[in-house]
Amino acid sequence: MDIRDGLRYTHEHEWIRLEADEGVIGISDYAQEELGDVVYVALPNLGTRLVAGQRFGEIESVKTVSELFAPATGEVTAVNEALEEHPELVNESPFDDGWLVTIVLTDPTELESLLDAAAYRAELPAAD
Amino acid sequence: MNGGASEDFGARLSFDRSEPGRRAVDVPRWDGELAAFPDARLLREGVRLPELSQPGLVRYYTALSQRNYGVDSGTYPLGSCTMKYNPKVNEAIAALPGFADAHPLAPAEDVQGTLEVLHGLQRALAAITGMAAVSLAPAAGAQGELAGILMVKRALEQRGELARRRRVLVPDSAHGTNPATAAMAGFEVTQIPSQTDGSMDDDVLARELDDTVAALMVTVPNTLGLWEHGIEDIARQAHEAGALMYGDGANLNAVLGRVRFGDLGFDVVHLNLHKSFSTPHGGGGPGAGPVCCTAELAPYLPAPVVEAREGAFVLARPERSIGQMQQFHGSVGVLLRAYAYIRALGLEGLRAVSENAVLNANYLWRLVREHYDLPYGGPVLHEVVFSGSRQRREHSVRTYDIAKRLIDYGFHPPTVYFPLIVDEALMIEPTETESRESVEALAAALVAIAEEAEAHPELLHEAPVTAPLGRLDETAAARRPVLRWQPAEA
Amino acid sequence: MSEPGGSPHPYIPNTASDRALILERLELASAGALFADLPEAYRDPHIELPPALTEPDLLRLVRQQAGKNRDGGDRPSFLGAGAYRRSVPSIVPYLVTRSEFMTAYTPYQPEISQGTLQTAFEYQSVVCELTGLDVSNTGLYDGASATAEACLLAARVTGRSAVALLEPVHPGILEVVRTYAYGANVRVDAVRDASEVSAEHACLVVQQPDFLGTIVDVERVAEAAHAAGALCVVNADPFALGMLRAPGDAGADVVTGEGRDLAGGLQFGGPSLGLFAARNEYLRQFPGRIVGRTRELHGPRDGGGHEQAPRTGYVLTLQAREQFIRRERATSNVSTAQALIALAFTIAVQALGPRGLREAAELCYQRAHEAARRIEALPAFEVPSSGPWFQEFLVRGPMRAPELHRRLAERGIAAGLDVSQRDEPEARDALLFCVTEATPPEHVDALIDALREIGDTL
Repeated sequence: MDIRDGLRYTHEHEWIRLEADEGVIGISDYAQEELGDVVYVALPNLGTRLVAGQRFGEIESVKTVSELFAPATGEVTAVNEALEEHPELVNESPFDDGWLVTIVLTDPTELESLLDAAAYRAELPAAD
Repeated sequence: MNGGASEDFGARLSFDRSEPGRRAVDVPRWDGELAAFPDARLLREGVRLPELSQPGLVRYYTALSQRNYGVDSGTYPLGSCTMKYNPKVNEAIAALPGFADAHPLAPAEDVQGTLEVLHGLQRALAAITGMAAVSLAPAAGAQGELAGILMVKRALEQRGELARRRRVLVPDSAHGTNPATAAMAGFEVTQIPSQTDGSMDDDVLARELDDTVAALMVTVPNTLGLWEHGIEDIARQAHEAGALMYGDGANLNAVLGRVRFGDLGFDVVHLNLHKSFSTPHGGGGPGAGPVCCTAELAPYLPAPVVEAREGAFVLARPERSIGQMQQFHGSVGVLLRAYAYIRALGLEGLRAVSENAVLNANYLWRLVREHYDLPYGGPVLHEVVFSGSRQRREHSVRTYDIAKRLIDYGFHPPTVYFPLIVDEALMIEPTETESRESVEALAAALVAIAEEAEAHPELLHEAPVTAPLGRLDETAAARRPVLRWQPAEA
Repeated sequence: MSEPGGSPHPYIPNTASDRALILERLELASAGALFADLPEAYRDPHIELPPALTEPDLLRLVRQQAGKNRDGGDRPSFLGAGAYRRSVPSIVPYLVTRSEFMTAYTPYQPEISQGTLQTAFEYQSVVCELTGLDVSNTGLYDGASATAEACLLAARVTGRSAVALLEPVHPGILEVVRTYAYGANVRVDAVRDASEVSAEHACLVVQQPDFLGTIVDVERVAEAAHAAGALCVVNADPFALGMLRAPGDAGADVVTGEGRDLAGGLQFGGPSLGLFAARNEYLRQFPGRIVGRTRELHGPRDGGGHEQAPRTGYVLTLQAREQFIRRERATSNVSTAQALIALAFTIAVQALGPRGLREAAELCYQRAHEAARRIEALPAFEVPSSGPWFQEFLVRGPMRAPELHRRLAERGIAAGLDVSQRDEPEARDALLFCVTEATPPEHVDALIDALREIGDTL
């Protein structure tokens, strides 16, 4: 399992990566594996304001559905449209091609309250 | 039968088997005076439907039926679904022309036979559940739930408490229909965790039961096949807190004739006639979901109910009814079958149903228990919930694989991955209509599969190999949905 | 009754010795011990039920009861109003009573449920073709509850909390929508004109043909709904769609309907079948089950052990919408649907085929119009129906409607529904008669004779 350094993580397994003044948001490798084959991702429209800790979308696998929680507050500037045709990107490339949305952060210091890679790793159940 | 195993039977729908000019029935010609048809903009050009001869259509659907497994094919131990034998005399009864041809808006004096049967069924279900009043209107269990929770809503509205009582408490072992129903009725859902004996957590329940609770929705016995200990005390507490008690009767088969919802303190309960009362499930319906309630809630029952007035039966609307659930009076054809079932069994017969259902489930538990984990223990009532967690941990075999391997042994698999609180759940309900030796055969297959999981896990991973098809790609189906026939690209 | 030691009932196989053997293995003294967890104070209560009947006695009883029904059979009946007598092809009951279809549960195990699943896919395809819409589910309880679900869908997708139904709509449909709307805290407005739909409404519902039998111009209704930002929901008689324009082609966003009549007998109104089809954009908001096409993960092996091409199969799909996964956030609480009725409906429509369905609908239209013409030709009677109609028409006689109804009943004829209390001017003093392709011509003759006699005795 991949836990990528340099990102910030939520307890609900979303990650956020700062690129200039924008934050790219996705779900972790652990999360995609727990979900199983992703079949559909419901994402907000451009311009929607996400609020840290609040629900902003849903991700469906064949047998389950999971809510997405915003790691930070900000306005949506891009949505990964490739997921519409290819939801499997979330499974295949959770940290890169399977990103979900980008936002302009209202308050970049919010990220400090999120988990770093080491803290996130410590939260996950020990591998079998 | 279908051109051999290699034919891709499913790739050719009736539409693909069509030949222009064939037909399966003739329509009488109209040779009277021709009335003008409406304006062309109100009419259609044509409709794309297959053209098959009568033998062609009959063979196609017969071949399809042969790609199905029913209770008449063999043991169908689908937990919480009560797949018991469907008596054939009930089919003959529902097909009697007097019943089958009755128009729903016919005046009561023209349908006294049907109304008499429905009235008899209401009385029988009231007696069996120990409730004061019954409406047969809901079309299925989930619609019965909706009716019951809407009755709660209306009763609270009458009491002036609806604004405050916004929550319905539901244990985490419940069927998904319970929380979904509460939400459809406009309530918020609070989940009550289960404790180690499978009952609701007392402490959480005591904490949550306050004056914001509209109702507590409980399945008795619960989906683990276990009795909800102290349910009569829980009912008392709920009432003291001003909440109503909703009973999900999906598992009534376990306690038919043994204990009654009304005596335990429930206010409203729904039944599933296609489970406990033997009506055929038809591959996913029709069912019927009567709702039974106390005298206090009777004025809110869904319409219609059948009443006896001056020696005749009439359809009536309860005084403050939540309204109709269907355009007409309910799944009457299903209700006729359930009535016939109750008349065929009588009280002693119904008690024999629960006794043998519970006996068979426990026998299965006894024969299989060393081979699978059993997180909530036994003995059980109508069903037993094993866990495939040991097989997953030790042999990388999942409950899914165990289920598919059962197909190769000639059985329908049990319910899997439910209840959600059991990891790798295998929920098995043999019912009373299985014989001792068929329970033994099912147990032997489960034991053999547990042994295969150790020695030859690949047999499980590759199963089924004897079914009309192997495992299907459910992920592809959901990622790129194909939901209807389309003509091949020209 | 059962012999001592035998099985307790023909439906229950275990004999006394089977039970004794099982109890011994369970190390229990008696079966009563199995129920030890049940509260003792309430265990084994007295329950008043009639005694058990053997099969012959049961049949004798219910035949007597069925004999008390006078409706149907040889008795002329002109009742419609949402339940119509149809000529159901004889292969329909023959095929649907095959036990593999009839005694299966919801198809949770696709490998041994292809019969149910593939027929459900056939059903979805037929419903899409008839309605002119993109997606159909496998069916809901009945046409009215399907319409209620359509209203809830509209409320979810528009975020609005009122719905409008265009009168004249069947009172049962209106009422079921009200029942569901009460749960969802949605307001229900019955409107007289499509122009009354407003930006408060999530949808405008119209019945096709309407409750009084008139064929509706769906396109105009859909335009009015869309202009207000509302969805257009059409509750259509699928049999009439053999001839009428597909509502989806006329702008409908959701089409519901009642499939029971083509599937088999009226059975006093149920079990029924609620058609539900919609545009693709509402797919994730659908209530109920949906079947999709897919392939095997691995093809079968040939004699040499080589894997062949995967075969086509069908599965329940898009299930994350449903109650067993999404629980309180599900699109609906529906679990059991009406699979067997949907199968019967599918076979009936496919047996008729594209031409047969059209011919049957046109025959229905012609027979109904001829009956109306003959009634209108009687001196004391008129047919005040306005606009084009399909199979139902209003009849006004020389007396109040209940009186006309009673006099026909005296002559052994079930008249059309009394709609004289309704607000529509054309319904004043009128009965709503129905004649279909399945109405025997001699019944129409009997009606005409009876009406003439009633007119003559004035």
